[in-house]
Amino acid sequence: MLLDLKKLNLRSVNEKLQNIDRKKNKRDFVISNPEGNHAVCAGLTDNIDVIIKGHVGYYCAGMNQNANITVEGNVGTGVAENMMSGKVHVKGNASQSAGATAHGGTLIIDGDTSSRCGISMKGIDIIVKGSVGHMSAFMAQSGNLVVFGDAGEALGDSLYETNIYVKGKVKSLGADCEEKKMNKQHKIKLKELLKKAGSNIKPEQFKRYGSARKLYNFNIDNVSNY
Amino acid sequence: MCGIVGIYLKSKKFEKSLGGMLSKMLISMESRGPDSAGFAIYNKNKNKTYKYSICLNEMSFERFKKEIKEKINFTKLEKNSDHVILKSTLKPSKILPILEDFKGISLVGYGKSIEIFKQVGKPSNVVKKFDLNKFSGSHAIGHTRMATESAITTDGSHPYSTGEDECLVHNGSLSNHNNLRRKLKKNGSKFNSDNDTEVAAGYISDSLKDRNLKQTLKKGLSDLDGFYTFIAGTHSGFAVLRDEIACKPAVIAETKDYVAISSEFQAMAHLPNVNSAKIFEPEPGVVYSWGE
Repeated sequence: MLLDLKKLNLRSVNEKLQNIDRKKNKRDFVISNPEGNHAVCAGLTDNIDVIIKGHVGYYCAGMNQNANITVEGNVGTGVAENMMSGKVHVKGNASQSAGATAHGGTLIIDGDTSSRCGISMKGIDIIVKGSVGHMSAFMAQSGNLVVFGDAGEALGDSLYETNIYVKGKVKSLGADCEEKKMNKQHKIKLKELLKKAGSNIKPEQFKRYGSARKLYNFNIDNVSNY
Repeated sequence: MCGIVGIYLKSKKFEKSLGGMLSKMLISMESRGPDSAGFAIYNKNKNKTYKYSICLNEMSFERFKKEIKEKINFTKLEKNSDHVILKSTLKPSKILPILEDFKGISLVGYGKSIEIFKQVGKPSNVVKKFDLNKFSGSHAIGHTRMATESAITTDGSHPYSTGEDECLVHNGSLSNHNNLRRKLKKNGSKFNSDNDTEVAAGYISDSLKDRNLKQTLKKGLSDLDGFYTFIAGTHSGFAVLRDEIACKPAVIAETKDYVAISSEFQAMAHLPNVNSAKIFEPEPGVVYSWGE
């Protein structure tokens, strides 16, 4: 079903996609002329496929659950912010705070992202085929950030338990972030993530970064005692 | 908040539609800045005439015309709503002191190519009031303001112009503007408001005496403290700078005919061939410049 944002208003399009009639089993949607609008496809909850043809503004696919959303263009600040599940695929570049605070699902970005990609991420898998800007994975708590290109300044500052895999150069690491050994389980996980993004790159080409755990206000070694 | 927009034409193709292009950009940035709006538009003059952009505030055009006639030998007065463009071949050193002493009006800019119009109110109303659509030119810069650190007045509206054919718009806030204002005042700069952006404009004017626009903005990275995305214009130059933290947004679209910049992509969605343009975000702490 084609939803033209030149003819329909954004709110009615979002409402339609948020309230899918499950009896009709219509699951394929195309949004045309997004023209940089904000919050396109925010708050979807059903297992549907949406293709957005063009560039969108802020918070595209925010809070997504289950939906499979493809953007054939660039996205503004906070794409897939607070996503819970499902998949968001951006074919262009993303602005800052891509995948911010997201709990689950997969975010794939074919281009670059600017600063703070994966800020405070809580379980999402983010795969960026280009480079990420400064302060990416800031205070990232869980999940995986995979970067095919380079990472900007202060990668993984004040990091918790997110795994960061970077193939290119890292300009600098943030406080409490360090390079880690790539163990077998990491290679298996990374291979699985690369497969999701349709890439044949070998996991060995990446370096893994994680938390040095010195800034924790509790000692992880005693975690079983809590 | 605040919205900033700008267009620099690389070819002559869109010169006649420049005002119309900027107008739509300003209107779509109304949600970022509903308090006031303004724009600077550059149209190169072939002769040696200077253009002085004046806001009449409460004064009637007739009264201004009568009084200014006695003081300045001008060639033309063009009324546009509550603004007037005064054209004269006399040098700014002769005209500026007279305009600065003229009570009740505000000089908002001057130069051989620049014209500035700014006023309080919704951007869509401001654009309509000055009939921005009819303007043509080589480059243009605009601003929609959500006031934070100083009052909603004409003097508090952007763009700021503190030198011949210079202008600046700003999204963000500066934290060292009071110190910088004091320093610049000692060097002879004059300011009309308490606004932080006016100080940055004054800083740029002061620095442009010894440097070009690109060098000036590069130096600004160490002298201007705060959050900012700037768009600066000169007679033939156009530049963009974001501070190194880069909290304030900006996106650039470049085609073979134009470079456009705005706070959000939606302000550019209507531009010709924008979907095939090279679209990118200016990197933090990097000066992007065209022309000069």
